[in-house]
Amino acid sequence: MEFINPDVVDLSRFQFALTALYHFMFVPLTLGLTFMLAAMETVYVVTGRQIYKDMTQFWGKLFGINFAIGVATGITMEFEFGTNWSMYSHFFGDMFGTPLAIEGLMAFFMESTFVGLMFFGWDRLSKQAHLAVTYLVALGSNLSALWILIANAGMNMPEGAHFDPETMRMQFESFVDLVFNPDAQAKFVHTSVAGYVSAAMFVMGISAFYLLRGQHRQFAARSFRMAALFGIISTVAVITLGDVLGRLDYEKQPTKIAAIEGLWHTSNPPFEPWIVAALPDDARQENHYEIGVPLVLTPLITHTFDQPITGMHELEDEAGPRIRSGIDAVAALRRYGVTHSSTDLAQFTAHEQDMGYGLLAIRHAPGQDVTAIPADQIDDVVKATQPDILPNVFVTFWSFRLMVFLSLWFFALFAISAYLSLKRRLERSRLLLKLCMWSIPLPILATEFGWITAEAGRQPWTVFGWLPTFLSASSHGVSYMVFSLVGFVLLYSVFIAAELYLMFKFARLGPDHDSMEPHTPAAPRVSAFDMRPMAS
Amino acid sequence: MELYAILKIIWAAVLGVLFIGLGTMVGMDMGVGTLLRLVGRNDGERRTALNIIGPHWDGNQVWFILGGGAIFAAFPTLYGTSFSVFYVVMITLLFSMILRPVAFEYRSKADGRLWRAGWDWVFLVSGFVPMFIYGAAFGNVLEGVGYHFGWTGQYYQDESFLSYLLNPFAILCGLMSVGLSVYQGGAMLMLRADDPIWSRARRYAMGGGLVAGTLFVIGGIWVRFLPGFVMTAPVNPAMPANPLHGQSVAMVAGGWMHNFHAHPALWMLPLVGLGCMLAGVAMLAAGRTVAGWWLGLGAWAGTITTVGCAMFPFLMPSSTTPDQSLTVWNSTASEYGLGCMLVVAGIFVPIILSYTSWCYYVMRGKVHTADVVNDTHSY
Repeated sequence: MEFINPDVVDLSRFQFALTALYHFMFVPLTLGLTFMLAAMETVYVVTGRQIYKDMTQFWGKLFGINFAIGVATGITMEFEFGTNWSMYSHFFGDMFGTPLAIEGLMAFFMESTFVGLMFFGWDRLSKQAHLAVTYLVALGSNLSALWILIANAGMNMPEGAHFDPETMRMQFESFVDLVFNPDAQAKFVHTSVAGYVSAAMFVMGISAFYLLRGQHRQFAARSFRMAALFGIISTVAVITLGDVLGRLDYEKQPTKIAAIEGLWHTSNPPFEPWIVAALPDDARQENHYEIGVPLVLTPLITHTFDQPITGMHELEDEAGPRIRSGIDAVAALRRYGVTHSSTDLAQFTAHEQDMGYGLLAIRHAPGQDVTAIPADQIDDVVKATQPDILPNVFVTFWSFRLMVFLSLWFFALFAISAYLSLKRRLERSRLLLKLCMWSIPLPILATEFGWITAEAGRQPWTVFGWLPTFLSASSHGVSYMVFSLVGFVLLYSVFIAAELYLMFKFARLGPDHDSMEPHTPAAPRVSAFDMRPMAS
Repeated sequence: MELYAILKIIWAAVLGVLFIGLGTMVGMDMGVGTLLRLVGRNDGERRTALNIIGPHWDGNQVWFILGGGAIFAAFPTLYGTSFSVFYVVMITLLFSMILRPVAFEYRSKADGRLWRAGWDWVFLVSGFVPMFIYGAAFGNVLEGVGYHFGWTGQYYQDESFLSYLLNPFAILCGLMSVGLSVYQGGAMLMLRADDPIWSRARRYAMGGGLVAGTLFVIGGIWVRFLPGFVMTAPVNPAMPANPLHGQSVAMVAGGWMHNFHAHPALWMLPLVGLGCMLAGVAMLAAGRTVAGWWLGLGAWAGTITTVGCAMFPFLMPSSTTPDQSLTVWNSTASEYGLGCMLVVAGIFVPIILSYTSWCYYVMRGKVHTADVVNDTHSY
């Protein structure tokens, strides 16, 4: 049997995280801006006032700059499951591929087809038809998020599939369970609304920039107010749904919730403190410098005052018997692949639910073969595997906290901004306007931390409880990974440089200069630049 | 025949339709990208060419995404194995492809000469390279790929990626694909542009069509002598989808001709393909661009169905462990998954086709350089 190269697994994980986090810098803005554009255009169609059309077109231009990279880097994501996670694709693709394909059919096709008309159709469509097109783009991008998060929920809480020893993979068995996975529903709203927060901050921050400079004042004040109201509603929703997700993790992913809260020992309801800050030490399995608020943790996570939350040490202990049983499952499964005998099948079925834990032991088995562990070494293998069931606590703990602290900041900022904006006292509050401007990147940062919390907290699994991450990667050599990583870093750096250059350029130009050649307003029909020959 | 086997065959056919759609629609945009620097001699002309496909390229590109998504959903093992075995090639395809959305959106938003000239080169690379690799991948698959599976279902590669890149037959297939894409892109430019773009596009499109036709004939003769793959024992089409057992396969010279010998009616497919290429060139020569565009679709359909029917039921044969070759029977999703996806596709494909057509209808008519240059929303 070929050996698993841990370096390749780490590089594959690093590449996936890099490309996913990068992609996700652009997605939230797309999700939110489409709806804000639709809202602005609705006001335009209803009132017929030109300023709302200008707003739609100006923010639409910034949307386009952002959208292009979102599309480009999204293609990477769809390729990467196949190029780097072949075992995962084989093992879980029957179920996971379905929402991805539906995403293409139902959402991405719609968004991509109509986005062309949204940009190019202003003079070709009636006002109402163009408005409909803008709504279809918004609907498409949000449906797209829905199906991606349904797929993601399948990884975190695999429901609607079962393992089949004949095909050696998870077989899809219930579309309803796939779609109505509670994790998917909560995550979709949480994530798309986080996108609205990002878009609101983006529009509010750039509008604040104009107000600070006293430019485009009417335009900026209107945009600011719409964004602040959109933002406050969205922030409340994002926090509420985050709470729902925490409760779900408590039920279905106890390792994730324990890591998020840095909870090494089972909690003591109702007094257990919520740890505000600490230095979790993964090697020694304890926290340093803990600061906590008593009484908060139990109601926060369990929504009760008396239910305990299992700690990580206890979870490790509980995993012991499952690993032992899982090793039997894997051994029986391998025998069954050769013999196809009913005895082996019966043995496998008896231990089936623990198979994932048996696979987890592969790294610690002699010769990476759990099917032939000498009887006297089984205890050692089980013991060595037990800590592997936990994610990296430091990363999970802190990414969660940074996300939460940022969301509280957004709440305060949007609330004050909305209030002052409605009271029309905005332009005197220069500090607030500056804070709004500087906060533009923060919601994007918060969504990145959210992704890290969810996916780092899912470890060590790609399919929670069934397929370990280290088994999921393609069997590449290190050189392949270096090739692709170098390429991604170079290419993505060029992208971000070009995007920031254009973003700043057009934001500085502002809505009045919404023209390609700002220096030649309506002068010659075709400028000299356009007709001069290009060097070939 | 059992329902599962029928579903497998239907999905193989759907895959073929997606490949045809991808070749035609994405190939068209990429052909325009390849031709951009040739048909446009100044910035205004180049922007005209870009804005002809400007409203549609993003929607068209979804054919590509959907092709990937459909393979993932309907043929998960094929997806994981083929994308990984062709890693270096696939990543190169990806790198060249993802430059394109950015190039469209960014090229004309700043007016430095170097900026625009740089993006024009990006269009050439991101048009030529993906279509070349698309065709070359078919060539590589026809020749068989060196891989085998371990007991868990993990694949292991048995040969260097260089054999996929430096491979004369694959290069021929790649160039043929580029030829068809240049043909389709040129036809689209003729539909929407006036002179001088129109006559330049016509010249290149006719050239592309003739190159594709010639290479199609040479490739066909070549395949006659290429080792093909055949089943040496009856196989259960409704078998559980698992490449580890259930098939016995041999490599035989000229094996890809077996299906044509067994069903001579299949010879219609390559004839339709070649006929469309030649008739298309004639139509463009006569200035009948609408007919020329549709004949390009026919050329793709003839080519893809020819390859598909020659290989059926093989999807990606293994040259080192032929018994583990991925076929329509052993690399599909479950019966339930295929059924679900069929229902979903049945609902959404007609919807997609209707709104795509509507978008082309809205944006119909010639694109004029003066309008493009004065429109602040154009590329």
